[in-house]
Amino acid sequence: MKRFALIGGIYSNWRALETALSDIARRQVDATFCLGDLGAFGPYPDRVFPVLQQAGVLCLQGNYDHSLACGLADCQCGYTDPRDNHFADLSYDYTFRHTSPAHKAWLGTLPMSRRLDVNGTRLLLCHGSPRKINEFLWESTSPDGFLAYLLDEAGVDVLCVTHTGIKWHRDLGGGRHVVNVGALGRPENDGTPRVWYALLTIGATSGVEFIPIEYDHEALAADMHAERLPAEFIETILSGWWTTCLEVLPQKERARGRF
Amino acid sequence: MTSAAAVALGHLDNLWIQVSGTQCNIECRHCFNNSGPRATTFGHMTLEAVNGAIAAASARGVRDIYFTGGEPFLNVELLEMIACALAVAPTTVLTNGMLISDRIADRLAGLANDARYSLEVRVSLDGYTEEMNDAIRGRGVFRVALAGAVRLARRNLLPLITIVRTWDDADELATLAGFARVLKEAGCDRPRIKVLPPLPLGRELTRIAGLQRDECVTTAMLDGFDRDLLMCSNSRLVTDRGVWVCPLLVEQPDARLGTTLDDAASSYELRHQACVTCWRYGTICGNVSGHIEGPDLAGAPEAR
Ligand SMILES: [Fe+2]
Repeated sequence: MKRFALIGGIYSNWRALETALSDIARRQVDATFCLGDLGAFGPYPDRVFPVLQQAGVLCLQGNYDHSLACGLADCQCGYTDPRDNHFADLSYDYTFRHTSPAHKAWLGTLPMSRRLDVNGTRLLLCHGSPRKINEFLWESTSPDGFLAYLLDEAGVDVLCVTHTGIKWHRDLGGGRHVVNVGALGRPENDGTPRVWYALLTIGATSGVEFIPIEYDHEALAADMHAERLPAEFIETILSGWWTTCLEVLPQKERARGRF
Repeated sequence: MTSAAAVALGHLDNLWIQVSGTQCNIECRHCFNNSGPRATTFGHMTLEAVNGAIAAASARGVRDIYFTGGEPFLNVELLEMIACALAVAPTTVLTNGMLISDRIADRLAGLANDARYSLEVRVSLDGYTEEMNDAIRGRGVFRVALAGAVRLARRNLLPLITIVRTWDDADELATLAGFARVLKEAGCDRPRIKVLPPLPLGRELTRIAGLQRDECVTTAMLDGFDRDLLMCSNSRLVTDRGVWVCPLLVEQPDARLGTTLDDAASSYELRHQACVTCWRYGTICGNVSGHIEGPDLAGAPEAR
């Protein structure tokens, strides 16, 4: 049996990352994987790199990381709404300016997916979907038949992704699972400031446990204020409700939120 | 003359179902498939036929199901069809909103709440004032359609307001702000908006008289282009008269690929100007405007 900690969507939230990694350290996992999007949204983007590297976290590239590494003009989230684009641009420009050239280059060296084999159970870890780094796999728009198709195409039993910022797990039966590990960088639009990661157990019976992380979100809000990041972002960190980039949310996930 | 590129169906992500044929209770000036009260190019589909298409698509691992027309709510079995679709995949209804009574809105909200997958109701508006909207969609349409959208919003089934861009680029921000303000004032306090480009098809060709050019998507245009952005690579449209390559080309006889989904997987040559619109804007018919261009994971560095 093996146990893995899976984190994703760090979004420069170095405080939540540190808290989560010390939680993970107490749980005796076999490895910790980060599924990408190290930057965005939060303050001081350079701070998450040494934290991840010192803890030996094995990282994948997310769409944000890909954009930063390649010097692209935007984060590739595909917003069309002018308000969403305004905030996405603010966030991307800030992160781009404050990520060192060495860290950008390092992001470019990260793989975009990772395969594991645990006693015959085949796993695929990636950022968005096995098809696209920026395909959103939301719980309410990922039907069982489609997920089974993704598993078949990839030739795996277990698929782990992030990118949407909201966790979920689907047990498709026969040892087949799809897990969205959620995000450490931003609360999941549920009205609380906590953030989440996933503990994945692979063995005779495989399963997932989602771990909530309470961290010093008020200190993070102060960091963001000091860096003059938008009040809308700070509000999300404090309240747990998403205030921007809402356009990509499907009906169910959108209706659950406040905005 | 350059030759048109051909695109094959990869995975069937999107199943489109033309449940009410081209029958519609209104007659919009830009309608791309000439729908209207007397349009009989396509007829209503039966519940049995729709369920059959849903089952076939489900077996192929479909990701999204869309109901379109005409006006889907003219099909009296639509609610049963939605229930059947929602059991297997997230489902979207494209409607003019005018037939969404309190009773229908209650039923839709009930279906949405009971389902594991999202139900999206896309309500078309083409202006945020009666004058602007009704010039395109017909007299009296604005008030009735907006009332339908508000009924959904009040039940927390937040409609996706779908707007065809008929204004100049310079007016973009003011127009979108106008929509948001009017929707909020009417009771859609969390407006969701999707803007579509006008399509050089159907009555729109008359509306934009003279602007039609002889264009197609050439093989050179697909060089280095992400084909996943084209509907024909991931979608098919089922009607009462067979299966078409995509919802936009339903009036083009060459775009009919077969009688069932199984025999409609063949590749298609992008010889219409609407194909150029799709190429330019990318998966315009889906709910999320960008099924976004991004690095493909096939061939990307992988770790073991
Ligand atoms: Fe992402």
